[in-house]
Amino acid sequence: MLFRRFAIFIYAILILVPLTMVVLTSMKTLEQTFDNPLGIPTDGLIVENFINIFQEQTMAGYFVNSSVVTLFSVSFTLIFAAMIAFGITRLNDWKGNVLFALFTIGMMIPPQVNMVPLYSLILNLGLTNSLLGLVLVNISSTIPVAVFILTGFMKTLPKELLEASTIDGAGNWRIFTKVVVPLSLPSLSATAIFLLVMHWNDLLYPLLFITDNAYKTLPLALLDFQGQYSTNYPMLFTGVLIASVPMVIMYIFLQRYFVAGMTSGTVKG
Amino acid sequence: MKISKSIYLFFIPGLVLYSIFFVFPTLSALFYSFTDWDGISADFNFIGFENYQRAAAGDSIFMKSVGNNLEFMFFVAVFQTLVALVFAIFLVKNTKFNYFLRALFFFPTILSSVSVAFIWAFVYDPNLGILNQLLSLLGLEFLTQNWLGNGDIAIYSLAFTQVWFHAGQMLIIFVAGLHAIPNDLYEAAKIEGASRWQIFKKITWPLLAPSATIVIAYTTIQSFQAFDLVFALTGGGPNYSTEIIATYIYSIAFRGYDFGYASAISVIFMGIIALITYIQFKVLRSNRVSY
Repeated sequence: MLFRRFAIFIYAILILVPLTMVVLTSMKTLEQTFDNPLGIPTDGLIVENFINIFQEQTMAGYFVNSSVVTLFSVSFTLIFAAMIAFGITRLNDWKGNVLFALFTIGMMIPPQVNMVPLYSLILNLGLTNSLLGLVLVNISSTIPVAVFILTGFMKTLPKELLEASTIDGAGNWRIFTKVVVPLSLPSLSATAIFLLVMHWNDLLYPLLFITDNAYKTLPLALLDFQGQYSTNYPMLFTGVLIASVPMVIMYIFLQRYFVAGMTSGTVKG
Repeated sequence: MKISKSIYLFFIPGLVLYSIFFVFPTLSALFYSFTDWDGISADFNFIGFENYQRAAAGDSIFMKSVGNNLEFMFFVAVFQTLVALVFAIFLVKNTKFNYFLRALFFFPTILSSVSVAFIWAFVYDPNLGILNQLLSLLGLEFLTQNWLGNGDIAIYSLAFTQVWFHAGQMLIIFVAGLHAIPNDLYEAAKIEGASRWQIFKKITWPLLAPSATIVIAYTTIQSFQAFDLVFALTGGGPNYSTEIIATYIYSIAFRGYDFGYASAISVIFMGIIALITYIQFKVLRSNRVSY
């Protein structure tokens, strides 16, 4: 029992201390950080680094880019994957199985594997330095996991329901929008959160395709700060806080959905 | 039941995008791996298996990156699975406090790799870092280290960060797995007077096998995808001691402009992943039980 409590205490410290450091350091000057890296901020600095970072960087622009890319990537992945999952469930034969395998095999191939030819493709299509390019690649890279989760769920829906709707003369599109989508809301929302976290935090694709500051997303902008600010941790952590705020706020309010969503990518259904 | 042919229309938008931006690049990696393409000029030559021979025969950095990647994968898979399992057992009861702790341990998962990299660059910083300060404070100066600058331990510092990042997610999967084990098995075992170790060995562990399969498979894939974290924390250094396959591909392609060779490495990378996935499923599938 004692060991258990001790272990939990250590783990909690391991999570809490680095996170607290981020918040405290973002309120310090660089000198204070060097003098006393672990201490509480002494001067009334609090928001100065935030003001500075917004003046020195086009933070608002990065924030908008991240939001636009994430919003469109999540929405369209979800819509297209739900349609595919519905198609596979409805076919329910060898053709459905082949299509399921074709889409989900993508889960086993990390995006780093095809980054080289993907870069050439995007370059040839003139989609570098374009948010549209990012969205298209994002959708294609997360369709596999979304199809996997949603098909797992839709297969558990009662068959009679679909058959009854067919007999009533409803077309596929009607059955999809009026019956299957409403019933799949729990799975759709879990998938949406999984995708939200993935797309908001993605570094690889912006790193490959974006060089113009006007189109950079937050993770890529953060990475650049490392080049500019070097070990100026107060500024780096101010950036980290700004980039993390949307996910943290949502995590606090939608915690249950986050936990369900972020693990649904790993468990069937 | 006859289904209207219109069902095939449902696949079209997803299939078109997936084919163009996923299937086509994956296949063209294979094509380019037989060329000497530099990624920029329009023409290139077919050079047969030369790129593959180069990787297999004389590229010591490539060999090193494969070794590092396997070491990283092995360390993360073992350590992360162990941490997640132990704490899942500790926090299995659905009390308010345990909910809070699970949510806390899960928290790092929602951060971006770049943020996590900055946080740990600060923790590991040889001068400012909390880790060295803490060790000094405890009178353990002799343990202070340049955690990311020392080539002998940098890969382990990275692996530890990866575990910090994702163990909470795996913990939740194990908790779900534990909740799925019927309670009467435990009660029966207690009546029979089984020890806690016996209960773990005979009931919990075998019935947790499906969750363990998922955790280990997912952890493995994640450890190959740790590109972002490694790229932002060490960039593969010092002296290639943290170079993993993905960071190596990146530097050959985008720093050396050797797209043909980078494609060949990508294809080998895919082969390695396929092989490991296959072995895992063989091994993990064989120890499944049901009561």
